[in-house]
Amino acid sequence: MIHIQRQINFMGLRKGAAALSIILLLASILSLAINGLKFGLDFTGGSLVEVTYERPIELEAVRATLRGAGYQDAVVQTFGAANDILIRLGEAHDPQLGQTILQLLQSAEEQTVTLRRNEFVGSQVGEELREQGGLGLLVALMMVMVYLAFRFQFKFSVGAVLALAHDVILVLGFFSFLQIDFDLTVLAAALAVIGYSLNDTIVVYDRIRENFRIMRVSEPIEVLNQSLNETLSRTIVTSLTTLLVLVVLAFFGGEMIYGFAIALLVGVVVGTYSSIYVAGNILLMLNVSREDLIPPPPKEEDEAEQLP
Amino acid sequence: MLNRYPLWKNLLIVLVLAVAAIYAAPNLYPDDYAVQISGSRAVHEVNDRVMGQALSVLENEGIAIKSGGIEGGAGLIRFSDSDAQLRGREVLARSLGENYVVAMNLAPTTPDWLMALGAGPMKLGLDLRGGVHFLMEVDTVQAVAQRLEVYASDIRTTLREQRLRYRSVELMEDGRLAARFADAETRDQAQSRLRRDFSEFAFEAAQQEEAYLLFISLNEQTVREIEDYAIAQNLTTLRNRVNELGVAEPLVQRQGRNRIVVQLPGVQDAAAAKRVIGQTANLEFRLEALADASRASTEVFEFRSDPDRKATLEREIIITGSSVANANAAFDENGMPQVSITLDARGGQMMSRVTRTSIQRRMAVVFVEHKTRNVMERVDGEMVERRIPYTEKRIISLATIQSVLGNQFRITGLDSPRESSELALLLRAGALAAPIYFVEERTIGPSLGAANIEMGMKSVQIGFALVLIFMLLFYRVFGLLANIALTLNLILLVSVMSLLSATLTLPGIAGIVLTVGMAVDANVLIFERIKEELRSGSPVQTAIHAGFSRAFSTILDANVTTLIAAVILFAMGTGPVKGFAVTLSVGIVTSMFAALVITRALVNLVYGSRKLEKLWL
Repeated sequence: MIHIQRQINFMGLRKGAAALSIILLLASILSLAINGLKFGLDFTGGSLVEVTYERPIELEAVRATLRGAGYQDAVVQTFGAANDILIRLGEAHDPQLGQTILQLLQSAEEQTVTLRRNEFVGSQVGEELREQGGLGLLVALMMVMVYLAFRFQFKFSVGAVLALAHDVILVLGFFSFLQIDFDLTVLAAALAVIGYSLNDTIVVYDRIRENFRIMRVSEPIEVLNQSLNETLSRTIVTSLTTLLVLVVLAFFGGEMIYGFAIALLVGVVVGTYSSIYVAGNILLMLNVSREDLIPPPPKEEDEAEQLP
Repeated sequence: MLNRYPLWKNLLIVLVLAVAAIYAAPNLYPDDYAVQISGSRAVHEVNDRVMGQALSVLENEGIAIKSGGIEGGAGLIRFSDSDAQLRGREVLARSLGENYVVAMNLAPTTPDWLMALGAGPMKLGLDLRGGVHFLMEVDTVQAVAQRLEVYASDIRTTLREQRLRYRSVELMEDGRLAARFADAETRDQAQSRLRRDFSEFAFEAAQQEEAYLLFISLNEQTVREIEDYAIAQNLTTLRNRVNELGVAEPLVQRQGRNRIVVQLPGVQDAAAAKRVIGQTANLEFRLEALADASRASTEVFEFRSDPDRKATLEREIIITGSSVANANAAFDENGMPQVSITLDARGGQMMSRVTRTSIQRRMAVVFVEHKTRNVMERVDGEMVERRIPYTEKRIISLATIQSVLGNQFRITGLDSPRESSELALLLRAGALAAPIYFVEERTIGPSLGAANIEMGMKSVQIGFALVLIFMLLFYRVFGLLANIALTLNLILLVSVMSLLSATLTLPGIAGIVLTVGMAVDANVLIFERIKEELRSGSPVQTAIHAGFSRAFSTILDANVTTLIAAVILFAMGTGPVKGFAVTLSVGIVTSMFAALVITRALVNLVYGSRKLEKLWL
């Protein structure tokens, strides 16, 4: 049986944690401002052709073939395997492009080349998706804030939403810093991070609310420490199972959802950290106290009956 | 007893799970590679004779089949592998000719008794089965402009009938009509007359130098109606065209205010599909201008086959492609491709009225295509890509009218049989009410789709196995119970997805994997609560009871908030991302049910009726 050392003084580390969070946030924002996100085809618009060779192929050879045919701005990269090649072209749309490129590459090679996918996204559509995505993130945060203010209390909803914003910014910063392709599935993952991290934060907050009511001590910092310790083993177990499946997804899920898995992996790690340090920290900064939860909202009455 | 469910509750759970198992079951049967044969026109029915011909062709070619028969009005032939399917399709398409459409398909193998219960497998998204996806934008501005042209001529007619003299009625660049009058009195009379006849107009009087103007614009509601009509009309036309392609399970759907999404599973030749679907062509029939005709009443056009050759035609259009009732590709006496056309009653009248007085003159068929060109422009210091639509009108044929034409006639002088059959198809399927432009296009090869499924399934299996092992090591007996609940949760998830006939996409599979990881959370919350209760000295049964009931509100809050994020994702997402949102939402609901009801029932079953001193947790 695994026993986790009880009574860790989490909040004792809160200054250090706050410093770390602020540094990471600044670094993320800085990277987003300087490097920006490396938007995928979904958001930039343009054309993309994916082909498979029978045997691994030199990227330089493919580039040379394309350059020779006048595709100067083609971006060539491997996609998962060494014989799987992804070609991105900024040019205007041509329905024959996939076939044209395929024939071009085939003529330069003896082995068979097959077309795996060919995508075109208009620049206007990409722009709209970008706006819609940002809007989606904001709407999600707002709705959550309203729900939490209703179910808990205003200070809790501020804490939770700031913790979520923290998580999302760090995930975006990570993608910006490493210049990983940011496409629609990664955006979906960023929204799922909101869901996941929130889950964690709510569990901690639920316990904090409960402990404020039943604990004799009224020092908020002790209440928070106690709550975090009580929920610690649950936090670890759930994070571990989730991380487990995400690692599997990153390794076996294939190239098309690699970015998705990475975004969630980062998100789960950051979300777990933030639900312990950031969410609690903000409550303390907002001077949360027992009085905030008393008188309890009428909704809580049936819950009180269930207490032994 | 504290931790026992009444019998009815247990039975209800068993019933729910049994129903879930039945509706999840069709997913265990892998789809067959198949081809679907359908008639290209209603008269070409797929009957036993056609099927007999198809089957014997396959037999002669030595292509093995699993079964063949008529299902739901279309012929369906199943093969054992995709290689046989490809070869079979090719052979059948060649031997059955153009009266029948042979399309690749994946046919479900759901047993009859499951079908009778309305069960069926989840649908696979394009990223899993391969196919073509188009997103098209309808040029609603153009649709409104076209309607305004009609209004302009209505207004002229009205003014003429009322003997209100006007100088001109014209469509302006800003989308308004401008009527010019010589004096203010006539203009005001015209305004009150038009106001009575056309309730959809807004008027604005103005004076410019000598001219008295009346600006006429459509109100917002009418503009909306015109746009909606144009899109509805385009949807119908696109559906007709897609049907002509004979694709199994196509999707043609409006998306947003002015977009249409078309998905063709199993289609690989995107260019060919696009030629037929995206063709915004229309035809115009015009007379060649007489030598002495005024410049204002004529227009010069190039020939489609030879840009250097030009002809001068009358501005007036006899009929357009929308009057065409039927069109067929054929060959003339000399073996040249031709299209024979049947007009509707009104079109036939117009045609005979015009041709009666024009025998021995020549009539041109003008091919009208709406195209776009992308131009980079500098706006506020930034390079912006702008799409400029333009219309290309070229002559396909210019032939002497030999006799009075009625409902039936032919167009000759086409380049190739392919051109004639495409032209016939376009004329049959109808013209688009407004031009459309492709704004997004994705083609996914079948090999990529198969690879995606394989990798996705592998991830689900490995992830699932690891979580099961982890839970077993960490919580032992309770872990085992949670694992059973998790397995049942997965079955529930699949059955709900199948019942909703939701589409499974690659991100959707990722959503299932994520659900597996997160679904144990509720169990973990409960188990940790029970441990705490035990530690604080509660008797075992009380601890179990308290563990479940006290974890409830936490689980509810945590899941509702995640659900909020998932619903927003569903609302704003498209295609694959929507698939992710669906599995995530369904997964949240089923995992709550699994933890709170199924795990509870299992724990009750194992521990409920016993006196326990200690709990091994």
